[in-house]
Amino acid sequence: MIWIALKMLTGDRAKYFGIVFGVTFASLLMAHQVSIFVGIMSRCTSQVRDLDEADIWVMNPYVKYTDEVMALSDNDLPRVRGVEGVEWAVRLFKGGIRAKITGGEETEGAGNFRGVQVMGLDDATLIGAPREMILGDLADIRQPDAIIVDECGYSYLFPGQKMATGQIIEMNDRRAVLVGICKASPPFTAQAVIFTRYSQAMQFSPPERRLMSFVLVKVADGYSKEDVARSISERTGLKALTRREFEFSCVMFYITSTGIAINFGITVMLGFVVGIAIAGQTLYLFTIENIKQFGALKAMGTSNSRIVGMILTQSAVVGVLGYSIGMGLAAAFFEVTKNAIALKGFKVVPEVMIGTAFAVAIIVTLASLLSIRKVLVLEPAVVFR
Amino acid sequence: MSESSFAVECRGLCKSFGDGENRVQVLRDIDVTVNYGEMTLLVGPSGCGKTTLISMVAGLLNVSAGDLFVLGSDLGKMPGRRKTAFRSANIGFVFQQYNLLPALTAAENAAVPLIIGGMRRSKAVARAREMLAMVGIGEKAGSFISQMSGGQQQRVAIARALVNEPRLLVCDEPTAALDGKSGQTVMQLLKEVACRPDRAVIVVTHDNRVLHFGDRIIHMNDGQIETVTGPEPAFAGSMQASH
Repeated sequence: MIWIALKMLTGDRAKYFGIVFGVTFASLLMAHQVSIFVGIMSRCTSQVRDLDEADIWVMNPYVKYTDEVMALSDNDLPRVRGVEGVEWAVRLFKGGIRAKITGGEETEGAGNFRGVQVMGLDDATLIGAPREMILGDLADIRQPDAIIVDECGYSYLFPGQKMATGQIIEMNDRRAVLVGICKASPPFTAQAVIFTRYSQAMQFSPPERRLMSFVLVKVADGYSKEDVARSISERTGLKALTRREFEFSCVMFYITSTGIAINFGITVMLGFVVGIAIAGQTLYLFTIENIKQFGALKAMGTSNSRIVGMILTQSAVVGVLGYSIGMGLAAAFFEVTKNAIALKGFKVVPEVMIGTAFAVAIIVTLASLLSIRKVLVLEPAVVFR
Repeated sequence: MSESSFAVECRGLCKSFGDGENRVQVLRDIDVTVNYGEMTLLVGPSGCGKTTLISMVAGLLNVSAGDLFVLGSDLGKMPGRRKTAFRSANIGFVFQQYNLLPALTAAENAAVPLIIGGMRRSKAVARAREMLAMVGIGEKAGSFISQMSGGQQQRVAIARALVNEPRLLVCDEPTAALDGKSGQTVMQLLKEVACRPDRAVIVVTHDNRVLHFGDRIIHMNDGQIETVTGPEPAFAGSMQASH
């Protein structure tokens, strides 16, 4: 009977492709939009995620996410270091600064400016330094006025220019020399990420009494990260979050404080509803048009459970096909656009694939319910009318 | 099992639809028997209850009152699940509109009852090809329904009805959608292949041109059996109508 169900399904090509298209469209829209949402949310935490040497981030108690920071007192660093379970603690400057492109009139884009995210790393340890250099040497960051910029940031600052070191920019009227280009996860905003030494960052930043954004903590062996974070909070009055907790805090800020989640949620819901509407309506029409054939099958001795099995098989086939094509298209989109800066790092993650599969399963199940009901209440005697 | 020696035996059979004031009595006190080895024609004006009667005889509608024995089984008291299995094993159908599956070839269509019965597809299709050859369209076994004439489609439907050797064949207006010549051919075919000593055929028809094929002709009107014409002297008593 499964074979007959499949023959019936594929026999009417127009409707068959219509149902598959509906499910494909729904799964593509859901997977694509959720992947972009996940990508954007991932960018909210990219710098926290990249800086994986630190187990705990210590910050002002009112800080909610990485891009809105109230600086700490320099005295907070030794106070944190004094808490039991802290193996080491280092300072980190993180701030948004305006960078002016210089280098003379012959330099393309000279005079232009861009906002940049400056990461001022502990001078002694360079904790938080980029792991992978594309151009230049990390050790050169110790040179005077030296900065390293991330790959995407380079194209923001020097659009269309071939990657090269030696470029000069100005921040806070201070000269900065590009000594390297590195790989780094893109931040939420389309801004270059500039790595430099903490002491150098103090010069690039506009003058403020306090400039230390975070204290990064490594937990000693044998101590729980959560326990040490709690101890730091109790002993210093500062907010201390494990890396995962801080990532979660950043994501929750963007979800609750922006319309991003709602907008993406609406689009995903539209994909879901459109999928149900197209697949459900087409499958129902398909059943209505074949109602006499279903009646004949019932008359000839096909039980209701087998008829239900036939319809569920048809639904499952279009579900699997539509899902596969939709996921393939979504994956192809991110593969084709993987070098586009705006979409860098975006991909279809396994959780999205599983979630979309679940949603598609609901779509085809709901779509088949109407058809199943129609066939179940069908009197086989209809074949004689 | 064998509570009746007739292929079909109806005693005081009634059928009504709806309840209370909306109740409509469609069949009243039908007493009729059909013997094995006969082609019985059921005729009468539209709305007289022919379709309702064969629907009950075929196990597609429940009986409201009276007794109904089909092939020795008390179909009137048979539960739904068993009735479905009973139809699959014992009853063949030929429909006015054929009700063939357009996505299947002629052989695949004819194989459907065997597949419903659980036979492997390849074996069922091979058996169906033999049956198509028997009804004279063996060369069309691989053709799709849309590539065939009305007469050929009806032959496929007959092959489908006969492929699992049912003991009762129920045909609803099998010639209605055919021209005169094709109608004669189809009726001749039904007569030849279906009427065996262990098998009975009931045909509902409006087509006066095919009445001579019937061994018995039951005339219905207003939910009751009006007259029964025939039988031939040699088969006298094979069908009785107590009306």
